[in-house]
Amino acid sequence: MRYLAVRFLQGVLLLFGVSLLSFAFLELAPGDFFEEMRLNPQISPSTVARLRAAYGMDRPLPVRYGRWLVSAMRGDFGFSFAYGSPVAPLLLVRARNTLLLTGTATLLAWVVALPWGVFCAARPGGWLDRGSSLMTSTLLAIPELLLGLCFLAIGVRTGWFPAGGMLSASFEDFSRWQQITDLLWHMVLPVVVLILGTLPVLLRHVRAALLEVLDAPFIRAALGHGISRRRILFRHALPAAINPLVSLFGFSLAALLSGSLLTEVIMSWPGLGPLLLEAVLARDIYVVVGAVTFSTFFLVAGMALGDLLLFASDPRIRSEALV
Amino acid sequence: MMRMRLASARKLIVPLALLMGIHLAVLMAGFVAPYNPDMQDRAAPNCPPTRVHWVSADGRLSWHPFIYGLSENVVTENGFAQPTKEAEPCTENPRTAYPIQFLRRGVPYTILGVLTPDRHLLGVATPAHLHLMGTDNYGRDVFSRLLYGGQISLFAGLLATALSLTMGVLLGTLAGFYGGWGDAVIMRGAELFLALPWLYLLLALRAFLPLHTGPRQTFLLLIAVIGFLGWARPARLIRGVVLSAKERSHILAARSFGASDLHLLRVHLLPETRSVVLTQAALLIPQYVLAEVTLSFLGLGLSEPVPSWGTMLATLQQYHVLVSDWWMFFPGIVLVVVFFSYGGLSDALQGERAKAGVGWEDYR
Repeated sequence: MRYLAVRFLQGVLLLFGVSLLSFAFLELAPGDFFEEMRLNPQISPSTVARLRAAYGMDRPLPVRYGRWLVSAMRGDFGFSFAYGSPVAPLLLVRARNTLLLTGTATLLAWVVALPWGVFCAARPGGWLDRGSSLMTSTLLAIPELLLGLCFLAIGVRTGWFPAGGMLSASFEDFSRWQQITDLLWHMVLPVVVLILGTLPVLLRHVRAALLEVLDAPFIRAALGHGISRRRILFRHALPAAINPLVSLFGFSLAALLSGSLLTEVIMSWPGLGPLLLEAVLARDIYVVVGAVTFSTFFLVAGMALGDLLLFASDPRIRSEALV
Repeated sequence: MMRMRLASARKLIVPLALLMGIHLAVLMAGFVAPYNPDMQDRAAPNCPPTRVHWVSADGRLSWHPFIYGLSENVVTENGFAQPTKEAEPCTENPRTAYPIQFLRRGVPYTILGVLTPDRHLLGVATPAHLHLMGTDNYGRDVFSRLLYGGQISLFAGLLATALSLTMGVLLGTLAGFYGGWGDAVIMRGAELFLALPWLYLLLALRAFLPLHTGPRQTFLLLIAVIGFLGWARPARLIRGVVLSAKERSHILAARSFGASDLHLLRVHLLPETRSVVLTQAALLIPQYVLAEVTLSFLGLGLSEPVPSWGTMLATLQQYHVLVSDWWMFFPGIVLVVVFFSYGGLSDALQGERAKAGVGWEDYR
């Protein structure tokens, strides 16, 4: 329990740190959302000043930060100038879309990587292992940016996949079944890109973790008892090797909200990434602060969840933490 | 470091040769590139790479490679090419052959800021153009832009890495050597920086800095932002090295002889960090090159008409370019080669040393 409390406190402090840091940079920055307005001859300077006052932009930094904190407590996370609405609902819709994408991709990547990595480790130096290591080092050398562009180009050129976006224009007219297939159809390319981005890292770690365990005497003993290879790999070796993998799983949970920014932008998926980018370009500062804080929150929560899972899976850690 | 095993030394050769080749070509961009990066060949926008021929029209093998000029295009009032009725754009006109000339005189360029030679590695006589990697929307030579763009993208990566490592070495050594509350503050800060989603942080930090600045300022700003965000990992590693090194007996002995802190740091401790710094550099440089490319791609870094690999790749966001102009992927291909070489380099530097544990860092 104490461990949990410490973890929670750390997370809250981190969130405070991040939002405070963002606000501090905000103060350093020249210009804001209303700066663009001032250049417009149709809007009088007094209107701009009134708008600034209405949004509280004329107040000093500590006041604004305090106000933002209050608004965050209320669940609004500030007000978007560009959308004219509180930030939280905007973020929630976008975060839902992002999670749909990254959740699917993360799940699939793990489902593929676990058995694959185990089989690679089962015969180190075999054809599967060598082939996979060639593939992983190739994939690691291709940035996600390029991977996304290539897949989009291929998908569009062949006409097999839609050119980005999440839903077709005539989505509303579709039947329920058509709507689902339409959504899935749009998801294929970004999900594939995201999987290819994470798969090499996962594969390498699964393989390394398994290799370490397969050296252990108890595996040789199990082999000596005539237990089948498959059973040894998945029932004896994998559970013993699970610790680093659980930590890794925590990291992939932590990256759910922030890991797909580029892919989303390239595939014009209406997730958190494009929202943040637009906000950065428009200087819609509360959206930026909100998105960064939100994704940091997810990060903290994901890592904490990973620790909890580790806690649940390994009795040694449990007893250590209790002492 | 000195007695690196032969196997890993051999592994270094290919990536090092590739990197040196690319960097040399980029440094000598003025000489290697046939054209100025901003020169617009308005008669030939969006043209695929010029085909180099060895066999002439009447079927004879030519010792001298040559290219064909393009079919007549009519340049309209707005300055862009319109094909005449009988000719598609970018089609070759087999009646006009132009041999490729080595060390041809062309546009003057500057090297080292003082010399202004005008010889280029390759070129063809004037009405024709040699576009080894095709042309972009404005008819600019992609090959030339790639080389000049590399000057920005590659050096942004190198300089940002230098900044990051300097900060990392400075803070890491201070934290490891002196310990105490300074150490605690620095390490908590490092944890904060490591915990954050990197790209989000990059975007956020960019958001709070001026967007519309001159290219030179933007370049420096990018380096500062990218380099500033990356100090935490090297700092942590170097702190570890210093922490373990400062308890060694030769350092304790030097201290008991009355060596000053500065002397200890300079003579005994900093050399110990060298291998960490090298491997970190091999890891960070490609990452930071990519950071510049990404920011410019997203419209937050350098912008047109400045050539950088990011601004070049950004044209791929236009639908028709993405679908039909495959040669606009060339900067990406070079980027992959750079990545691959640095990857091989860092693998060889790290040797067979197994990575211990899983870190957020290697999850990206």
